[in-house]
Amino acid sequence: MEYFLTEEQKTIKSLARRIAEERILPVRAELDEKEEFPWAIIKDLADADMFRVFIPEEYEGLGGGCFELCLVVEELSRVCSAVAVSYAATALGCFTLTEYGTEAQKQKYLPDIASGRKLAAFALTEPTAGSDASAIRTTAEKVDGGYMLNGTKQFITNGGEAEIYTVIALTDKTKGARGASALLVEKDTPGFSFGKKEKKMGIRASATRELIFRDCLVPEENLIGKEGAGFILTMKLFDKSRPGIGAQAMGVAQGALEAAVDYTRQRIQFGQPLISLPVVQNILADMAIQVEAARALVYAAARTVDSGVKKFSEESAMAKVFASDIAMKVTTDAVQICGGAGYMRDYPLEKMMRDAKITQIYEGANEVLRNAIAIELRKRRARTE
Amino acid sequence: MNIVVCLKQVPGTTEVKIDPQTNTLIRQGIENIINPFDTYALEEGVRLKEQHGGRVTAISMGPPQAEEALKEAISRGADEAILLSDPAFAGADTWATAYTLSRAINKLGQYDIIICGRQTLDGDTGQVGPELAEMLEIPFIAYVSKIEEIADRSMRVQRMVEEGYEVIESPLPAVITVVKAINVPRLPSLRGIMKSKSAVIPAWAVKEIDADPGRVGLAGSATKVIKVFFPQRVHRSEIFQGDLKSQTECLIGKLRDAGLV
Repeated sequence: MEYFLTEEQKTIKSLARRIAEERILPVRAELDEKEEFPWAIIKDLADADMFRVFIPEEYEGLGGGCFELCLVVEELSRVCSAVAVSYAATALGCFTLTEYGTEAQKQKYLPDIASGRKLAAFALTEPTAGSDASAIRTTAEKVDGGYMLNGTKQFITNGGEAEIYTVIALTDKTKGARGASALLVEKDTPGFSFGKKEKKMGIRASATRELIFRDCLVPEENLIGKEGAGFILTMKLFDKSRPGIGAQAMGVAQGALEAAVDYTRQRIQFGQPLISLPVVQNILADMAIQVEAARALVYAAARTVDSGVKKFSEESAMAKVFASDIAMKVTTDAVQICGGAGYMRDYPLEKMMRDAKITQIYEGANEVLRNAIAIELRKRRARTE
Repeated sequence: MNIVVCLKQVPGTTEVKIDPQTNTLIRQGIENIINPFDTYALEEGVRLKEQHGGRVTAISMGPPQAEEALKEAISRGADEAILLSDPAFAGADTWATAYTLSRAINKLGQYDIIICGRQTLDGDTGQVGPELAEMLEIPFIAYVSKIEEIADRSMRVQRMVEEGYEVIESPLPAVITVVKAINVPRLPSLRGIMKSKSAVIPAWAVKEIDADPGRVGLAGSATKVIKVFFPQRVHRSEIFQGDLKSQTECLIGKLRDAGLV
C-alpha cells in the first residue's frame, strides 16, 4: 500500500527498522526472559535522535507529530513491543508539557528528553482508579511554596526508570474530576519513592511500577496548565496518544505475520510446506488484510491528529480499538498455524501473543472506548433532529 | 583535535565473483557497505571529538559510488568527508593507496590522529595503515583496543597482542589501526542522515592532491595481481567390493599409499 510518506518520514521509518533489526532483535528474547529494562537500546534510540522525533524544534527536537511517532513505534513493535512502549511512554509523559507547559517548563525539561538523557512517564492510574479515572485519590494540597503530594499511582509504565513524571492529582478534593491537576515531578524529589516492579504477562522488558508520594513537596512552578484542568488535559492527551497504541498493536501484528510466513514456508507437513495448504493460506491472507487495514486506520488517525482539527477523539479511539483487536487475533492465529513451534519460547510468536494483549487494555480499555464512540454517534444523530 | 578517519567501501557479502578478464571483483549488483573494521575507527574518532572537541574528517579512495560510504560516515558523526577519486587511482595496491591517502592528508594540513580499521574485508592485508604512517613519517600503532589517554601532543593506548595487551605511549600526530574490541559503533542518527543528504563531498583527483602520477593506481603499485582463482574442488570416489575383510585391507592399502597412516 502506498501511504505517501515524505522523504523525512521514510528516513525515520527505515532508521527505526534498522535499529530494531540490528540492536533489538538479537536481544529481545533475553530481555523478555530476564524482564530487564532495555537501557542499552534506549541509548541507541537516543543516539539515533529517535527521542527528538516528537519534540518541537525549539527544544532541540525534530518537530514531528503523532504520525512520525507512530512510524517509530510501529517499527520497534514489529520486533519488540516492550521496547516500543518504553519509548512511547516517554512521549506520553511529555505531551502534556509540550502542549500546555510554560516556556520555562519546556526549556527546563524538553531538551533533556529530546536528547534521550532523561525518560518521561505519565501517571494517572491508581489502585482505586482504572477505567473510572475520576476515582483517583492522590492529593496535591496547596502549601507554602508548592503542592504537597500524597497517594499512590499504580501500573506506571517507565516507573522507576524515568526522570520526569507528569502526575495527575487532586488539588481540590471537593470537586472530583474538576479538582484534578497535572504536576511535573522529578525522580529525586524527597517523599517520592517507587513500589514493586510488576510481573507482567507480556511487554516484560518494559518497567511497570507503583509511584508512592508521601509528603512530597512539588514546587508551584511545576503545575502544568491551570489548577483543575488535569482531567481535560488527560483526555486530550489520550486522544493524541491512542494512535500510538494502535501503531504498537499493528506493529506487533506485522511482526507476527512475517514470522508466520517464514515458518509456514519452511515447515513441511503432508509432503509440502504448510503455506501451500489452502487452510493456512486463508488464515495468512486474513492476517495480512487485517494488518493492512489497521495500518491504514492508524496512519489516517495519526494524520488527523496532526492536521490541526480540533476534535479527533473518535478517530483516535477507533484506531486504537481496531488495531489492538486485530493484533490479538493475528498473533493468536499466528501461534495457531505454527502449531507447537508457535507455542514454544524458542520462537518469537508466543511473546508476540502475550505482548499484543495489553494493547486492548491500556490507554482506555477497548470496551470503554467503544462506549465513547457510541455516545458520539448518538449525540451526533440527536443534534440533527 | 583534528581527527582523520580512513575508510573503504567494500562489497557487503562474502559471495563475490571475479571478472576473469581483469582479475578484479565484479561489483555490479552487490550492496556496498563501509568496511566493518572502519566503522570502529569512525566511532572512535567521533568519540574523541565528543570528549575533546575538534573535527572528524572521513577520507576514502574509490570510484564515485564510494561517496555513499562517506555520506554514511557523516550520518554517523563525521563532520566532513573527502573522496579521492580519479581513473588514475584504479588498480592501486596497498602501497599506492597509502601514498594517495598520504598526499590527501598532507593537503588537509593539520591532523592530530589518523585512525584506520585493522584491515579490510575484501583485500584483508592490513597494510595501508602502517604504510600510511611510514609515508607521513609519523608513529604507528596497530591493533589498538583502547585509547587510555590522549592529550595535545601525546597519547597512551592499549594494543592487543595474542595474550593480553601492551600499553604504549606515543607522541602525536600518529596513525593507529583499531580492533573490534575498542567500541560499539553507533548507528546513523536522524540529524546525521539529514546532514549527510545535503553534504557536499569534494572529490579530489591526482591534480588536487598534487600527487606524482607515477606513484598512484596501477602505475604506482609495487605488486600486481597476476591471477585470481577459486581453487577447483575435485571429488573422486571409489567403492570397494568384496567381503568386509578384503574391503578393509583395500582401504588400509590405499591410505598407506597416500601416506595418511
